[in-house]
Amino acid sequence: MAAIFNEMEGKGGAVREPYARIEEWLRTLSPRDVERALKEAEAIFRRQGITFAVYGDNQASERLIPFDIIPRIFAASEWRKLSAGIEQRVRALNAFIHDLYHRQEILRAGRIPSELIIQNEAFVPEMVGVMAARGIYAHIIGIDIVRVAENEFYVLEDNCRTPSGVSYMLEDREAMMYLFPELFAQQRICPVENYPAMLRQTLESVAPPACKGEPTAVILTPGIHNSAFFEHAFLADEMGVELCEGNDLFVSDGYLYMRTTQEPKRVDVVYRRIDDAFLDPLTFRPDSAIGVPGIFDLYRAGRVTLVNAPGTGIADDKSIYTYIPDVIEFYTGEKPLLKNVPTWRCGDPKQLAYVLDHLPELVVKEVHGSGGYGMLVGPTSSKKDIEDFRARLKARPGNYIAQPTLALSSVPTFTRSGVAPRHVDLRPFVLSGDKVRITPGGLTRVALKKGSLVVNSSQGGGTKDTWVLED
Amino acid sequence: MNLFVRHETHYDYDSPVAYSAQRLHLWPADFASQRTLSWKIEAPGIEKALSYTDGFGNRVHMLTFERASGPMSIIAEGVVNCSDAAGVVRGLPSAAPDAIFLRMTRATAPSAPIRALVEKNLADGPVLEGLHGLMDDIHRKVTYEIGATDAHTTAAEAFADGRGVCQDHAHILIAAARGAGIPARYVTGYLVTGMGASSTAAHAWAEVLVPALGWVGFDPANNKCPTDNYVRVAAGIDASGVAPIRGSRRGGAIERMRVEVRVEIAQQ
Repeated sequence: MAAIFNEMEGKGGAVREPYARIEEWLRTLSPRDVERALKEAEAIFRRQGITFAVYGDNQASERLIPFDIIPRIFAASEWRKLSAGIEQRVRALNAFIHDLYHRQEILRAGRIPSELIIQNEAFVPEMVGVMAARGIYAHIIGIDIVRVAENEFYVLEDNCRTPSGVSYMLEDREAMMYLFPELFAQQRICPVENYPAMLRQTLESVAPPACKGEPTAVILTPGIHNSAFFEHAFLADEMGVELCEGNDLFVSDGYLYMRTTQEPKRVDVVYRRIDDAFLDPLTFRPDSAIGVPGIFDLYRAGRVTLVNAPGTGIADDKSIYTYIPDVIEFYTGEKPLLKNVPTWRCGDPKQLAYVLDHLPELVVKEVHGSGGYGMLVGPTSSKKDIEDFRARLKARPGNYIAQPTLALSSVPTFTRSGVAPRHVDLRPFVLSGDKVRITPGGLTRVALKKGSLVVNSSQGGGTKDTWVLED
Repeated sequence: MNLFVRHETHYDYDSPVAYSAQRLHLWPADFASQRTLSWKIEAPGIEKALSYTDGFGNRVHMLTFERASGPMSIIAEGVVNCSDAAGVVRGLPSAAPDAIFLRMTRATAPSAPIRALVEKNLADGPVLEGLHGLMDDIHRKVTYEIGATDAHTTAAEAFADGRGVCQDHAHILIAAARGAGIPARYVTGYLVTGMGASSTAAHAWAEVLVPALGWVGFDPANNKCPTDNYVRVAAGIDASGVAPIRGSRRGGAIERMRVEVRVEIAQQ
């Protein structure tokens, strides 16, 4: 593994420009200040109800709180480059999804094996022929990006289904502004708190053709038992739209309505946080009790817009990921601005042989997995773990992809033993509607265990406020 | 030939239905060898039903109603002009790419015995002949028997059991064709069995994409390609997507359903 890029210290030990003020500030902070801030931050998050369900956490002594008060910072110029790459990628992903459910030009051109799409579980044949408003299918995409050097960024994955975590981004900013208002007075930091307003604009901009007046948008949640329910309620509240469960919505005479204390109200746009399979028992799983019968027919007929559309998962499937650079070139005619991580497809015998020979240095992931479960991080795994994984990999090679272990950049982080570098990634949230809107920054996830490269909150990762400095 | 079709579905409930949403695939397709002369659907809420054409070219209706008690009926009826094109289906307004119909679903996954059928009939030689051989094999090996299978029976299960209805015959043929890399789709419709005859059931068969010919119907339950005795209604990946009626309801504790289909050669 190459040397780790410390985003504050850079290579030579001189503080990098975007971190200059924060580095100064850190030196003025007394341990008592830090103690106080951490306590207050914890109180803020508890009050907001932000909780992480973490399984198998036996490293509690090393783990502090999931929020770290040292921000992660990008210069304006860095962000301009990154966001150009993000926008290019997101436009290509939407063009890709549209094509897969229409003429399938990319398959006809032989750029992706047809079978990989047609036989994919994430491909939804019922979507064939659907003309989405403005041609947008994945209105909300979270792109996971890692940095390994000053000018080297990689996209780890594209989340085109229902990416979560934006509420943490917003709460982190709110907490920072409350705890350290002076930092926001000293320099100009791009706002993220307008995300709910941008989301609402995006939702309203993709109202279906049948909507003539002011569009009404709602959030559809599976309910209070869902692990992201807090975020659903939070976003509904911040946007000023209704939070609905399946039973609050119903189809009548070809339109969607929500029950209210008075008259039923027409609904035009549904930001649904329910998986495809449970969305509509008339089209998908008939046993779903959390969906809305007939809602997909309304979508099909242009009476309502579903955000994101069903079947967008085909674009973020890990078996498709390796083709995304081709996808970008195919639809934009441009070279990808953001790179993919080099990836071995274990379903290919030659590539599998390489992976089996190099397990201790690779990261191996399940094609359909998420949340950091069921993966092998070679360099930090015991011999026994590697051998156990080898057996699983051999049994179902097509189920896995492998990547080099990337030297994720680090950012100074408060730990029990003082400030120390910890590895981070970044999930910017990208909204597509009448235009592409990218939150400046996004959610920075930080691996709180020393040396750990797994930043998922389900694996004990924390978060940081992410700053993009204005010029 | 003009065929008269009346497809009645009657529901009865033990208690009132609070709300019901139903999606219908009950409208015949129009294409080169089939033209709808008259057609109507009678059902509660039909005048305000949503109607659209899906990606497979099917005309779909979705209707909803609230607070209904007592029996409820959905009746589709009309006259369709059909001509014999030896099963070849041309001029259908479907935008779906052919490759979609290679998708393996739970119902159409080929088992080893089905793959053996593929090996026997479709390994080499002209595809059209192979498909006829395949249809013949399925017709002989799977006896038509009502009640041996249900709506969720897979091609593999029905073929292993050797009994089934037209849905199972069609699924097996589709599984075999897709197993050979040939796009195939599931088709619903109606059939009269001979001159002056009438029929009492809805029917289903398969359509397969034959090189140089295009989509061709194969009816393994009757071991023939559709003629002017067939009315084609809807097509999909498998039976689950094109059920004549699929519904969801609240209330109406126990449902009894009765289907009556009448297909006759209409007076010219």
